Amino acid sequence: METFIGVDYSTWWFLVLGAVFTGYAILDGFDLGAGALHLFFRKEQSRRIALNAIGPVWDGNEVWLVIGGGALFAGFPKVYASLLSAFYIPIMLFLVMLIFRAVSIEFRSKEDMKWWRATWDISYSVSSIMLAFLLGIVLGNVLLGIPLDIDGNYTGNWLHFINPYAVMVGVTTLALFMMHGAIYLVMKTEDKLYDKLTQLVQRTTIFFVISIIMVSFYTLLYIPHLSESIKSNPWLFPIPILMILAIANITRQVAKKKYLWAFLSSAFTMSMLLTIVALELYPIMLLSSTDPAFSLTVYNASSSQKSLGIMLTVAAIGVPLVAVYTSFVFWTFKGKVKLDETSY
Amino acid sequence: MSVEILSRIQFAFTVAFHYIYPPLSIGLGLVMVLMEGQYLRTGEKVYHQMAHFFTKIFALIFGIGVATGIVMEFEFGTNWATYSRYVGDVFGSALAAEGIFAFALESGFLGVLLFGWNKVGPRVHFFSTIMVFLGSMFSAIWIVVANSWQQTPAGFHVVGEGMNARAEITDFWAMVFNPSAIDRVLHVWIGSFLAGSFLVISISAWYLLKKRHVDLAQRSFKIALSVAAIASLAQLFTGSRSAEIVAEHQPAKLAAMEGHFDSLAVADMYLFGWVDRDAQKVYGLKIPKGLTFLLHKDFSTPVRGLNSFAMTDRPPMVNFVFQMYHIMIAIGMFLIFWSWFLMWLWWRKKLFSYNWVLIVSAWSVLLPQIANQVGWFAAETGRQPWVVYGLLRTSDAFSKTVTANQVLFSLILFTIVYLLLFTLFFYMLNKKIKHGPATEDRDIQHSPLQQNMANLLD
Repeated sequence: METFIGVDYSTWWFLVLGAVFTGYAILDGFDLGAGALHLFFRKEQSRRIALNAIGPVWDGNEVWLVIGGGALFAGFPKVYASLLSAFYIPIMLFLVMLIFRAVSIEFRSKEDMKWWRATWDISYSVSSIMLAFLLGIVLGNVLLGIPLDIDGNYTGNWLHFINPYAVMVGVTTLALFMMHGAIYLVMKTEDKLYDKLTQLVQRTTIFFVISIIMVSFYTLLYIPHLSESIKSNPWLFPIPILMILAIANITRQVAKKKYLWAFLSSAFTMSMLLTIVALELYPIMLLSSTDPAFSLTVYNASSSQKSLGIMLTVAAIGVPLVAVYTSFVFWTFKGKVKLDETSY
Repeated sequence: MSVEILSRIQFAFTVAFHYIYPPLSIGLGLVMVLMEGQYLRTGEKVYHQMAHFFTKIFALIFGIGVATGIVMEFEFGTNWATYSRYVGDVFGSALAAEGIFAFALESGFLGVLLFGWNKVGPRVHFFSTIMVFLGSMFSAIWIVVANSWQQTPAGFHVVGEGMNARAEITDFWAMVFNPSAIDRVLHVWIGSFLAGSFLVISISAWYLLKKRHVDLAQRSFKIALSVAAIASLAQLFTGSRSAEIVAEHQPAKLAAMEGHFDSLAVADMYLFGWVDRDAQKVYGLKIPKGLTFLLHKDFSTPVRGLNSFAMTDRPPMVNFVFQMYHIMIAIGMFLIFWSWFLMWLWWRKKLFSYNWVLIVSAWSVLLPQIANQVGWFAAETGRQPWVVYGLLRTSDAFSKTVTANQVLFSLILFTIVYLLLFTLFFYMLNKKIKHGPATEDRDIQHSPLQQNMANLLD
């Protein structure tokens, strides 16, 4: 097996995939969160400012999902095939919600009629909530494992994806994104909307802290395979501790009104959370609840070494480029939102 | 209906709907680059208004293109799991490259293109427009390379057997430059230039008919016409080159395109016709030995016909493939005639003198759209019964764990959502066109910082 700095290509691609999905969670997380909070803003002007705070960047954020999907397809085609065909209905709903959300953002401010804007506001908010929730649902099921036969074909029924644990992970994801989005919006707004958002930041932070505590306890008590690696490797112990400190730091920075630091802490929380997920799953990517031996792993589900090598080269060239112009775009639109004739 | 048929209908429907938008983005992107370039070169405000106006139309098209495009990326996994496992090693790297090199580029700079008019200097803005255009061109490369690999697979070997067989890459560049890739990328690019330029021609012609924004519309008409005239001619060459490659690598598809049944005979070329598959005859107007001449530049070399293939290896819908292919060619020919007729009028300084010319121009936007659609239908139905030509059959490629009811549900869902989407798109496009370009251009103010940035990128 080919290696690079002592780590095999399959594991490298697993890490790339983890990094892409973490990037996606941090970036699209704040604009999905902003969408989920949209109906809390009552005034037309506030809604437009909130929408334009994510206006120039949401599309670029969504690209991370496209890259993630491509990276999964390319590196682990068997996981891509089994996962998506198993979650047929939630994935289809997810895709339709993505369409509704894009359309709502694009169309809401194009007409002046009240009913028009109200309809698209609801569609925008509901689709944002659903997207965050469905992402959590899929993550929850991946953590639990799904019934797969020896060929990696899903054998459960189509309603299997709704179960208490997945719902809890779904709610937690929504809470996390809402907090993250509120912190982002508070950085982009002024005056009364800013005051309103400082309140929302506090409430969503409480919502998130409660849900993450619940989900963590449930996981520790009832799903032993999700804490095994950290239990058996004490040197990994700092990771969950860092996550807890990061969450504590969010509340501290929020209290001090240092929102940029709160945002960075919230982003750091997400990366630690996903690091724990990756550590606990590895080398399994899709656990079979029928028989663990049928699980898809980074080794039995990966593309050939040759293909992984090519893609690692592509990623090594491409990712820094993406980072450079993403930063350029964010820098161009830094500061508080001012509406002008190009706004949504 | 079976899962296979429903999945095929769903894929065809979602991809055909999606394909209304990307060619418009690519073509309009090119025209916008030219417009903004004219503004920077001449400093005339009318070009700034023009670029600004078409950017708004671009935003609408791009937005729907992205939303419907993500559907495609995930549909491979949801509906075509066996196919995904088979091609992932090869196809995946092209898709991943598309995401990271192309899509990230266009979506990143799109924000600056749409919202950055007052935030960055004109040169940085022009740079962003070029990046968005290049991003969409790169995007087309990777997607068409992946599709071409399904038509003419290269640079791989097959590992495993039966349902566990899969293609593994052996030579990345051989995969990228598979036999049909270059010509098909060019064919798709130029088809997109036609779609975009005829959109601008159509909108401009409409303004001229209504006597609104006359100066602006005349100039945008001419910019777009220059693109259309070159593109329509170039398409003739990429098209005939593509036909030669199909003849060489997918002879059954070519035979279906011309309704050529005889195993080994000199082949005719039809201008139009109707294929009776059972009688193995084509009724229509033909150029005797035309296909032979097109492919071999003589009148005696035989061409392989459908009868030389096993019944199970022939495209099942011969007449459909034939019609789609011939509609594409007829439209292509008309576009050459029409754009060069317009060029002639321009040369005679009578481009805007006749109402009927403007009326035909206003409707002409539909033609490249139809040609792009039917061209793909011919390419994809002509590839049947294979999903990867000669390697994997469509009937083996669908997801085994998904039920017909699930696919029916999503198909109905997409039908409703896309109908709604198309209605909204049409309504908004109409509204934007009726509203027209901003006549009183606002003064664009640049802060010193933004000026510095502009100088940096000079």
